[in-house]
Amino acid sequence: MFKTSEINKRNQKNEKLFQLLFMVMTLLLILPVAIILGMLVYKGGSVISVDFLFSSPTDGMTAGGIFPAIFGTIWLVSVALLVSVPIGVAAAIYLSEYAPDNWLTRLINLAIINLAGVPSIVHALFGVGAFVIFFGMGTSILAASLTLAIMTMPVVIVASRESLQAVPQAFRVACWNMGATRWQTIRRVVLPNAVSGILTGVILEVSRTAGETAPIMFTGAVFFLPFLPQGVFDQTMALSLHLFVVSTQVPGVPENLPYGVALVLIGMVLIMNSLSIAFRMHLRGKKKW
Amino acid sequence: MTTDKAQLVRNNYDRRTTDWYIDKVMQSLVFISGISAILFIVGIFVFITMEGIGFVIQDLDIVEFFTSEYWSPSDEDDPEYGILALIAGTASVTGLAMVVAIPFALGAAIYIGEFSTGKTRETLKVLVELLAAIPSVVWGFIGLSIMNPLIIAVFDVPVGLNVLNAGIILGLMAAPIMTSIAEDALKAVPDTYREAAEAMGATRWQVIFKVVLPAAKNGLLGAVLLGVGRGFGETMAVLMATGHSVNMPGSIFDSVRALTATIAAELGETAVGSEHYGVLFTIGIFLFLITFLINLTADLVIRDVRKG
Repeated sequence: MFKTSEINKRNQKNEKLFQLLFMVMTLLLILPVAIILGMLVYKGGSVISVDFLFSSPTDGMTAGGIFPAIFGTIWLVSVALLVSVPIGVAAAIYLSEYAPDNWLTRLINLAIINLAGVPSIVHALFGVGAFVIFFGMGTSILAASLTLAIMTMPVVIVASRESLQAVPQAFRVACWNMGATRWQTIRRVVLPNAVSGILTGVILEVSRTAGETAPIMFTGAVFFLPFLPQGVFDQTMALSLHLFVVSTQVPGVPENLPYGVALVLIGMVLIMNSLSIAFRMHLRGKKKW
Repeated sequence: MTTDKAQLVRNNYDRRTTDWYIDKVMQSLVFISGISAILFIVGIFVFITMEGIGFVIQDLDIVEFFTSEYWSPSDEDDPEYGILALIAGTASVTGLAMVVAIPFALGAAIYIGEFSTGKTRETLKVLVELLAAIPSVVWGFIGLSIMNPLIIAVFDVPVGLNVLNAGIILGLMAAPIMTSIAEDALKAVPDTYREAAEAMGATRWQVIFKVVLPAAKNGLLGAVLLGVGRGFGETMAVLMATGHSVNMPGSIFDSVRALTATIAAELGETAVGSEHYGVLFTIGIFLFLITFLINLTADLVIRDVRKG
């Protein structure tokens, strides 16, 4: 009954063409990175061994392992999380459960966006001016971790706020009607239902924090230390800074060594992120409301 | 009599139990945490200004600062503090990065948001998210070790650490973030718009170009702005991939130096309180203000979409 007109035919052809074009663009976005990752694995894979992961650098960092750097990154991330997770989750609770729709809330949101958007090197300057000098912490794990905590806090705030807001209002209303206070409702009903979403945000933050380099360069991380840090007032080595150091600052590093460091760093970050994504998908499948 | 009655009322109806006090205390605590973000951002500005203000008041020649292309802060006799070449370095790299990133990010966002479905869509979104997670120091290392020899080989130039290298690296870094924000903007366009256009006989690409893209244009602009902000503030990758030599770029094969990278490279070798130290913090203040403006604009533009 209906015949495909000439115009329709042309349109259909155009449509196929555009779809193909956009698909190619998407692939071109992903493909180079896949190739690069492949090269990292190819060149860095041979470097990685148990010995590489668990021994110290030797011969002026041109040989040996990267254990002090991994150990230092774990220190930095842990201390940063101790600060940013409580404050970040509490801030998310305020924004989701208490904040009225007014100028103050808008200002808070703007501040969060800017905390995430300010260049990492400006965070580093802030860390130097505030923690290292003004509060007298010197270049230490504490100063570096506080700088990292403030820089990455938006990650945990945004993820927590989203998962808190996803808890249906009816849950809260039901609880209030039983005579519970606002905090009892949050503590017993809202948080338990949102905790897994918050956790995915925390995992994301671990990955972000571990990869940052600029904020720790002048606040607590150093190129090389002959011993492991003993406490938060010590300086430390860090994996991200170590990659910068072995690839730019040290002469005579064997070609494959920095690839190995990069592979360990990117492996850590991507595993964390995949974990967070898998966790999120698992939750989405389980959600009852 | 009356006091007894008041006492009775208080005993029975006073809600100030332990739970009531806990509730009040927690409310104050979360409020303080809530406004902490504002305190932090103000704190950042205050502390970098504190370290930079001495230089700004005493030594800064603002005209020379922004118009001179000579940056030699460690010259003992006659140090020069002109950041024009550094601004040009940052701008050229960010500009090229946007040329690389915008088409691919928008194209990918359109494909993911409008064409792909089901499993493909989920997979692509996860991949884009993972791409955005790669740390900037790793990108810098890629520029240094993989892109550098590649550019030397392909274009037959003596140095591969230049605007082209850093621009591509920065473009690859910024594209995933721009893709997810642009995709959000496309998703925010109501399906009724698409259905109405399709009901009029429009083909898929007509729907996209004539209806969806115009409706989402503010969100897409926001995505681009955030990409620019990211490029402006990126530190480690541009430090490692630009070649880091002070230069007014004449072509994409020239090495340049970025504002952020200058701070990262020189802060370690300056004495606290010296002129050089002050000028680096002054650059920090400049960067803070610029990115603040970009983020503010992006936020206003994106918020506009949500309202509309």
